[in-house]
Amino acid sequence: MTATTARLPRRRGASIRRGQAVSGWLFTAPVLILLGLFLLIPVLMAAWVSVSDWTGRGSPLSPDVHFIGAANYGQVLWAGGLSERDFGTALKNNFWYVILVVPIQTIVALALALAVNRRMLRGRGFFRTAYYFPSVTSSVAITVLWLFLFSTTGAVNAVIAWFGVKGPNWFNEPAGIFHFGAVNGPVALESNTLLGVSWWDWLGGPSVAMTAFIILAVFTTGGTFMLLFLAALQNISADVEEAAMVDGANAAQRFFRVTLPQLRPTLFTVITLGLIGCWQVFDQIYTGTRGNPSKTTLTPAYLSYTAAFNNQQWGQGAAIAFILFVIIIIFTLIQRWVLSEKAVSKRRMGWITRAERSSTAQSPKATGHVAIVGASRNGSGSPEEDDS
Amino acid sequence: MRFTKAGAVVLAAGLAVSLTACGSGFSSGGSTQDNKKPLSILIGSSGDAETASVKAEVAAWSKTSGIKATVTVASDLNQQLAQGFSAGKPADVFYLSTDQLAGYASNGSLYEYGDKLTNKSDFYPSLVKSFTYDNKLVCAPKDFSTLQLIINTELWKQAGLTDSDIPTTWDQLTDVAKKLTTGSQTGLVIGGEYARIGAFMTQAGGNLMNADSTKATADSDANVKALDYVKQNLAAGDFKFAADVGAGWGGEAFGKQLGAMTIEGNWITGSQTADYPSVKYKVVPLPKGPAGAGTLQFTNCWGIAADSANKAGALSLVQQLTTKSDQLAFAKAFGVMPSIQSAASEWKKEFPALVPFLDAAAYAKGVPTAKGSADVVTDFNSQVAKLSTGDPKTILSSTQTNLDALLK
Repeated sequence: MTATTARLPRRRGASIRRGQAVSGWLFTAPVLILLGLFLLIPVLMAAWVSVSDWTGRGSPLSPDVHFIGAANYGQVLWAGGLSERDFGTALKNNFWYVILVVPIQTIVALALALAVNRRMLRGRGFFRTAYYFPSVTSSVAITVLWLFLFSTTGAVNAVIAWFGVKGPNWFNEPAGIFHFGAVNGPVALESNTLLGVSWWDWLGGPSVAMTAFIILAVFTTGGTFMLLFLAALQNISADVEEAAMVDGANAAQRFFRVTLPQLRPTLFTVITLGLIGCWQVFDQIYTGTRGNPSKTTLTPAYLSYTAAFNNQQWGQGAAIAFILFVIIIIFTLIQRWVLSEKAVSKRRMGWITRAERSSTAQSPKATGHVAIVGASRNGSGSPEEDDS
Repeated sequence: MRFTKAGAVVLAAGLAVSLTACGSGFSSGGSTQDNKKPLSILIGSSGDAETASVKAEVAAWSKTSGIKATVTVASDLNQQLAQGFSAGKPADVFYLSTDQLAGYASNGSLYEYGDKLTNKSDFYPSLVKSFTYDNKLVCAPKDFSTLQLIINTELWKQAGLTDSDIPTTWDQLTDVAKKLTTGSQTGLVIGGEYARIGAFMTQAGGNLMNADSTKATADSDANVKALDYVKQNLAAGDFKFAADVGAGWGGEAFGKQLGAMTIEGNWITGSQTADYPSVKYKVVPLPKGPAGAGTLQFTNCWGIAADSANKAGALSLVQQLTTKSDQLAFAKAFGVMPSIQSAASEWKKEFPALVPFLDAAAYAKGVPTAKGSADVVTDFNSQVAKLSTGDPKTILSSTQTNLDALLK
């Protein structure tokens, strides 16, 4: 850059590229401006609000608003007051929601996709539409439907009654499902707390009311993710499966060792989207229970909303949103690490080469197929390829 | 992505421009007053009847004053109010609840016009207390409601009870509740929340906070006594919470005859006529507790925004909306009780069956209004829902701690 001798030829080349750069910026400008205006600036302003004493009146950038450091974060994380307990409760509720919804909805979606992908299934189109239907229905409508289905005298309890069991009072039952009806826990669990919530409550699982929301989430998003899995399944070449069949792999082996490894990128997408969506659950709570019964359906997203809009604690509301953001990032990173391609361990590698050697010795014909199966196990698309 | 210097400059300039644009948009409004500027009124309506009658009264005022005014019904009043204040363009006049008052008064969002009202002395003193912040009446009470005992007269007769059995003490209430409990029907079904159980607290001489909401009194012996009484009756099965019989609130349980009695406010008349017209009922005063008669009252006020461009007009509108004639018109349209004492006798003549509600104005206590108290009440509610297995003292002492934290 500084060398004067190189200037002349460089400039000529640069001028051509500069024209490209300008038009490049010009073409991307609408999106950049939109993203900046509606995403970047609001996020930056929210970040500022989370460390300020803004009270919700006038501009947060006005000189009357002061920087107060981590005080808002302190209120919800370590101050020991009601705000911390509320946040702990919300986190506990949402944690169980995520832990149960993400795996169940992924398995259900995969199972549905496998079912409607079968070539011999009659009326596949009908089933594909039917399973996808809840996903395109408004979440408010489904929540209202759920409130009816799961009312004390609703359809769900009527069905349960056929088996001679009295159904629970779903949306009014705050008891944790893993407490199994026990009211008080061991003193050690009751007296020690994390974020103002006792370990007994942390371990209690979702409340019966939250369980109804968990079922709702699986019901609605199962169809969406089924579609993703279906698309991935249809991309898998039938040759590989046939090759595995020729090798004598049974159905379970074919699924776990041939199909599933090839679905890894989709699995990554589905779990990531599931994690993010589950940590941000809001609509159902807002339209359904508003945190009741006994705060067992309170979630951080809903808490952030009430803190800001109902209690004028804008700083706290923004702080909760940013903590939620960090939690989502951490969970996604963990998930990315768990699902990442790991080098095949020595023990396994030894097992593969031994298998190969013995099969070469016994039947030379099969060698090629083992190689294909091996390739499909180790060489399927990596997550990095998929989401870049 | 390669970031060129020119691009970075353009982007930074764009950000700066839009940020300043935001800033100017946020801070505008409020300073210049114009007596003819149109007013916007934001209300949280209970239904078409309320909307229509507020619109009619506002239109009548517009005609005489010559100031245009539009009434907007909020789908979520708290949220829309908050949005208005943060954008610097709030509605000029709006409904404001007691639990929202302190938050908005403390950040200067509200025009404190109470002392300018010509009919200030006519409002019930307890209502004035509810809307007093820093020793100043902030806004004019719009109307109010109180809780009383609602009795299903047919179930009452079936249980062999007469008018002389109407309970006047806690023991008598337990007695009749026991007699009225048969099969799927419970004697008394109420909402499991402070806004109903609080009535028992006041009858025992307690409440969560003192009348000015300057001191937390949650862990008083009176409150323990009240919760103990409710807990005993829950344990005996004579009282039940609405949620536990599968109803959304006391009125629904009462209408569906899951409960023979309930504790609700004057709003119950509207829902009973609309949803359960065949259920015959009667309103009687709540029984007296160890400390005499007591109940809770709920109220809203007409808030005026400090950022309003026409505060004089807004004040004149509120003055009109709180007159006897307007308040009686509202009462006829949607069953509220006037906030001024001079309208009492006419209201009682108009609604003889509901007289106990208005009589309660003499002894009713307000709900806590300290900033952040709504959260504490929500927390109290979440614990009281499990009162049948919970410990009243533990519940009240945690509430005391939370309330104390608000006053620091």
